Amino acid sequence: MKFDRAVRRKIFSHGMTVASGLAIVAIMVPLASVIYEAIVQGGSVFNLAFFTQGIPYPCSPRAGVVCQQGGIEPAIQGTFILVGLASLYSVPLGVGAAIFAVEYGSERGIARIIGMAADVLAGVPSIVVGAFIYALVLLYDPAIVFSTISGSLALAVIMVPIVTRTTEEALRTVPNSVREAALALGISRWKTSVRIVLVSALPGVLTGVLLAVARAAGEAAPLLLVCNGLRSFSGFNNVVAAVPIMMFTFATTPYQNWINLAWGGALFLLVLILGLSLASRYVLNRMARRMRGG
Amino acid sequence: MTAANPFPSLPTHGTRKVSKWGDRIFVALTGIAAAGILALLVALVAVLYNGSKSSIQVLGFTFLYTTVWNPVGNVYGVVPFLVGTLLTSSVSLLISIPLSLGAAIFLTQQAPAWLRDPVGQLIELLAAIPSIVYGFWGLIVLVPIMRLTIEPALKLYLGWTGLFVGTPIGLDYLTASVVLAVMTIPTITAISRDSIAAVPRSQKEAALSLGATDWEVTRNAVLPYARSGIIAGIVLGLGRALGETMAVLLVIGNSPYLPKSLISQGATISTVIANDFFENAGPFELSALIEAGLILLVVTLVINIGARVILARFQLGRGGMAE
Repeated sequence: MKFDRAVRRKIFSHGMTVASGLAIVAIMVPLASVIYEAIVQGGSVFNLAFFTQGIPYPCSPRAGVVCQQGGIEPAIQGTFILVGLASLYSVPLGVGAAIFAVEYGSERGIARIIGMAADVLAGVPSIVVGAFIYALVLLYDPAIVFSTISGSLALAVIMVPIVTRTTEEALRTVPNSVREAALALGISRWKTSVRIVLVSALPGVLTGVLLAVARAAGEAAPLLLVCNGLRSFSGFNNVVAAVPIMMFTFATTPYQNWINLAWGGALFLLVLILGLSLASRYVLNRMARRMRGG
Repeated sequence: MTAANPFPSLPTHGTRKVSKWGDRIFVALTGIAAAGILALLVALVAVLYNGSKSSIQVLGFTFLYTTVWNPVGNVYGVVPFLVGTLLTSSVSLLISIPLSLGAAIFLTQQAPAWLRDPVGQLIELLAAIPSIVYGFWGLIVLVPIMRLTIEPALKLYLGWTGLFVGTPIGLDYLTASVVLAVMTIPTITAISRDSIAAVPRSQKEAALSLGATDWEVTRNAVLPYARSGIIAGIVLGLGRALGETMAVLLVIGNSPYLPKSLISQGATISTVIANDFFENAGPFELSALIEAGLILLVVTLVINIGARVILARFQLGRGGMAE
């Protein structure tokens, strides 16, 4: 009887090992499918035209009809403009707030409150950020509610907490002895913060910025509300196209050449985000090596 | 300073006469940035409230408990979407929790060492894939599979539960939940893996020395220790699922009615906002949509704060051990 119980426990244990192995297979199947389809379907349109040409007329292949592949140049350009502008607002704000929290705030006081505010902001659904920017810009000037400005503001709100949190963490890794050494040499506090602490934490800050850019580049929901269009950039007060919005618009149409371009957009975003992740990892690794004194 | 300078070779200026102006300007600038973050949070709530004022004043609490959303008749009740949001999020968690935990356990306890790091890093990378990519994949690849294979099978074998009533068309709560599960699994797996990997060896060795099997070690020694991290991962996944727009919008079918079954078309709070914001929406409908956004904000905040309280309690119980 005792032996039986031991055997049963062993078998159950092996069963659970198999089950957890199956779990990883089960999660890898859909995730591999996402990446496989993006590479295969998106790869078929990933050529020079994709990056340089404008959006083609919608078309599905029929007898006697050859569809133009076209490209998504306006959307790629728009994504860079929107994310660039958003970085312009969010990086100084996030880095500044993090410096204030770490260098001038106390653990329990201001630093905690700013950290909590950043966490709360990070948890706000992106569609709500879109509604917020819509209602905010409407108060200011109804004529530019749907514009590049609104779109970049929405992306900035999404980027700020990411930049703040990662910068805070990076600044905290700089040992206090470094600050004390600088202050003891008579260097003023702000120069210590900028030239010594911020510079040592720069790779961490850069990682945060790259992560925030990756997040903003793939964000569609807020743009759907305040910057939804397929047009090339024509001024900050007008709507501009973006890759995720282009994907959404094309996904809901029956036209084959648009669906193909949407797959191309998926591959573009995957490559962009992979590139940014690898870049941030590279930066962090270099920092780790430098800290070890290698 | 006036007395003997112990280091005569060093300049004495600058040690005392450090300009205070630089410091003041710097503190002011960074302080403005810090205040900006707090102001952003306050503005978020205030502006959303202001934007939804006309809806709040006219509809009052009926917005929160009525079930008809009809822009033509100017009647707005948020319940169908609130139910849709909670339904898709909970079904997605039912799918993602066991799979993520299984994967995290496999990656930390059983997988050969050479497999652990690459797969772990791959999963972290997958967490960064934009939701529009998951949604697009869901629409083009998953919807036909759901319509032709999975949903008919569920109807056939589990039809008696009453959960799968209706014609399977693939655009429904179930498909939305599956897409949400696929996109939250990397998040939950990555965080659970980290917290399980942080369990001290001694904990496992103690259980092994008592004669526990591999599973008993995991179940009784490892998982309880990693509990707070796992819960944090699940709540983060839940937060993503509750607020998700794009991945759900493309596959849920967008119909403003209460769910009849898991395979009926529906909508969530975020998808109705995304869907109705433009279609010739009048100012009052926009106001109602912004109020729906405010409610979504409150729901996600309550869940995030609740999670924080739970985590803090676990950490206190363990003397502030785990992250």
